[in-house]
Amino acid sequence: MNRIAQTLRGAALLDFWGAFALGMRYFFKKKPTINYPFEKGRLSPRFRGQHALRRYANGEERCIACKLCEAVCPAQAITIEAEPREDGSRRTTRYDIDMVKCIYCGFCAEACPVDAIVEGPNFEFAVETREELYYDKEKLLDNGDRWEREIARNLELDARYR
Amino acid sequence: MSENMRTIVIDGEEVTVPQEYNLLQASEAAGREIPRFCYHERLSVAGNCRMCLVELVGAPKPVASCAFLVKDMRGGPNGEPPQMRTLSPLVKKAREGVMEFLLINHPLDCPICDQGGECDLQDQSMAYGRSGSRFAENKRAVEDKNMGPLIKTIMTRCIQCTRCVRFSTEIAGVPELGATGRGEDMEITTYLEQSMTSELSGNVIDLCPVGALTSKPYAFNARPWELNKTETIDVMDALGANIRVDARMGGVLRIMPRIHDDVNEEWISDKTRFVWDGLSRQRLDRPYARRDGKLAPVAWEEALGIAAEKLSGDASKIGVIAGDLNDVEGLKAAKDLFDALGVTSLDCRQDGAKIGGQGREGYLFNSTIAGIDKADAILIVGSNPRLESPVLNARIRQRWLTGKCEVGLIGEAADLTYEYDHIGTGPADLAGLSKKRTGFIKALKDAERPMIIVGQGALAREDGAQVLRAAGDLAAKIGAVKEGWNGFNVLHTAASRVGALDLGFLPGEGGRDVAGMLDGASSGDVETVVLLGADEIDTSRLGQAFVIYVGHHGDAGAMRADLILPSAAYTEKNGLYVNTEGRVQMGARAVFPKGEAKEDWAIFRALSARLNKTLPYDDLNTLRMKLIEDHPTFGEIDHAPGAASAADFDPAQLGADGDVSDAPFESPITDFYLTNAIARASKTLAECSAMAAGARAELQAAE
Repeated sequence: MNRIAQTLRGAALLDFWGAFALGMRYFFKKKPTINYPFEKGRLSPRFRGQHALRRYANGEERCIACKLCEAVCPAQAITIEAEPREDGSRRTTRYDIDMVKCIYCGFCAEACPVDAIVEGPNFEFAVETREELYYDKEKLLDNGDRWEREIARNLELDARYR
Repeated sequence: MSENMRTIVIDGEEVTVPQEYNLLQASEAAGREIPRFCYHERLSVAGNCRMCLVELVGAPKPVASCAFLVKDMRGGPNGEPPQMRTLSPLVKKAREGVMEFLLINHPLDCPICDQGGECDLQDQSMAYGRSGSRFAENKRAVEDKNMGPLIKTIMTRCIQCTRCVRFSTEIAGVPELGATGRGEDMEITTYLEQSMTSELSGNVIDLCPVGALTSKPYAFNARPWELNKTETIDVMDALGANIRVDARMGGVLRIMPRIHDDVNEEWISDKTRFVWDGLSRQRLDRPYARRDGKLAPVAWEEALGIAAEKLSGDASKIGVIAGDLNDVEGLKAAKDLFDALGVTSLDCRQDGAKIGGQGREGYLFNSTIAGIDKADAILIVGSNPRLESPVLNARIRQRWLTGKCEVGLIGEAADLTYEYDHIGTGPADLAGLSKKRTGFIKALKDAERPMIIVGQGALAREDGAQVLRAAGDLAAKIGAVKEGWNGFNVLHTAASRVGALDLGFLPGEGGRDVAGMLDGASSGDVETVVLLGADEIDTSRLGQAFVIYVGHHGDAGAMRADLILPSAAYTEKNGLYVNTEGRVQMGARAVFPKGEAKEDWAIFRALSARLNKTLPYDDLNTLRMKLIEDHPTFGEIDHAPGAASAADFDPAQLGADGDVSDAPFESPITDFYLTNAIARASKTLAECSAMAAGARAELQAAE
């Protein structure tokens, strides 16, 4: 009896139709993969990408050399040196991040009392040499200028959860 | 239980404490921590911050524990011991309330404040404060005051604890700080908008519990948590103040005092505190040799070769002068080497002081520094302790303030921050003093513990030995040396002097002293002079001599040198230092020597191998063992001999008999801020010196 049922099912190509239907279902479904360099996925406002040092709207750098980011950094990737600027304000003379050491935990941005150091939405900063990943103050400020619009939007979106 | 003790109950726990304790001290004795801002152990009680409130059972309100004595507490009706609570809900609420009031006008600028990380207000608001603020009104702002090149003021942060005011009035003795206005308008100010005319002004930086007074040279340099802290000994004067050197990335960033009740309590002078920028300037970081009249860098091998060649000649034509900042190990290695070479012209007394060679008591501060607290008459001879050792001077002032001690001075009249009886100016006044019947001599004779402090101004002169005899005579006549008390004291100005004298770094048989060496060098009798960091001699008198300078700063000695062997400064080596009271203290390395520089003893060890007189030690420990073997006194770390050997000491035998000149005593220090090579390399101290000179000129013009 069993053998007869099995023969009939085989003759009706039931397994084939089932698999065909499954295949067709995925064929017409929206695809999860994207065509990466030309298409990009959505990023959360909390995404922790490349670091940036921000400025105030008047162009004044935000960082006040409090060194809290340096202290909190678990990978000890941040090095800061500071001295009074000519106008007597507290400013850094050196702000280095070793992006090779960095583990992108976001503690630095968390610790910053003036939202100066942030992790922006940029994740496409692969380079060919290790040296290029030793960011200095100039590079970080440049990142800030480049990404300010996105960073400001992300901070605003995330502000009510903080 | 003695009369003086009382049993009280703190949080249900019985403790017995002295009657004169205040509740804050009693609580600490019971292991309770009481938060405080205005209270400080070494200052008078002000009781104005209200942070130390505790609950006294039976009292209607919380009381300020710093201003309430144990003896004033009231027991229960049936003779129960008095009770106080430090952990009750009332106390917690009181502390929260006080903290909230203190923070009303305190700016929230901790991220840019240099006190951040070591701030009492920050710490205590975390521990005892409420979590949030209910204050929505405007905060007050206060104009910053100019307090000179050392102290940076951000007066908005001030919480009016008045510690700085009390320090300047009580300890420093310059009542130049004060508060104007009252209530919310109260401001701490220097009245005249000028720096404090005190050599101890830097201590207000440590005293300030908030960031209102911070160090100007250190401004924004570093955070306390990123500094490597090394506990070591200061060499700016002969007091041997205990200090902590804070360094980061190979550079010294600040110097702070450590507490040592028998030496510096917890104060240090401005020179000690702010000299650190001199440690990174004018440094000798590699060997140099003079070629065609100019110093050219050479390798160590070559430099040692030149030195060995020069030192292998006639030993009687070699002279060695030790400086003021050397560690004992370096001097020991040098002495062993030059002894082996047969050199007898060794001297450690750059200033020509006529001391040493007559037993240890003859050149020590025998009463000990802590002994000042017990003295009842102090005679200062040829010294200005305010310039020569400001912290010691503050101690004399503390003693004088109790009213139980009279002070007399023979020498230059100067503002010592306390009143004194100006007896005279020269040796004749010293010799004549014992013949008088009235005046200060009476106080000295009546005193149970009299002190005679002889400064270098009295000894560093032609008739120094005779003056020493006169002072010793006087000490013997007034009975200053007796069982349990030795009132004969020499106040040194050089940190290495006592250690060098203990080593016997003095001219041997037929050897020349400093003056003799300089004469010899001018006339050509001395052909090679080795300077161990000696910069205070008259280098123009070195004539044609070949000068080998072993030191760390490019100063007078290095300018004249024909060969420079770079050594380590005091923050860069482990070393022993002996302070003016004969206390051996151990310094530690905070940072490594600059460039190719080596520790002093290592230089002489290397040189000894070149001269085939290899010294019997290869590391510091073996050297120290040898040192202690030869001179057992160096084995007793942090021990001041004091009056231990007073019975065998006859001060009348000191010095030498002879006539004295009638030239008045002069203090060896004219410019407090620039007394050594490190200080002269410091920008901060140069600024202070210029300001002090300006102030002096102004004073003279006014007179």
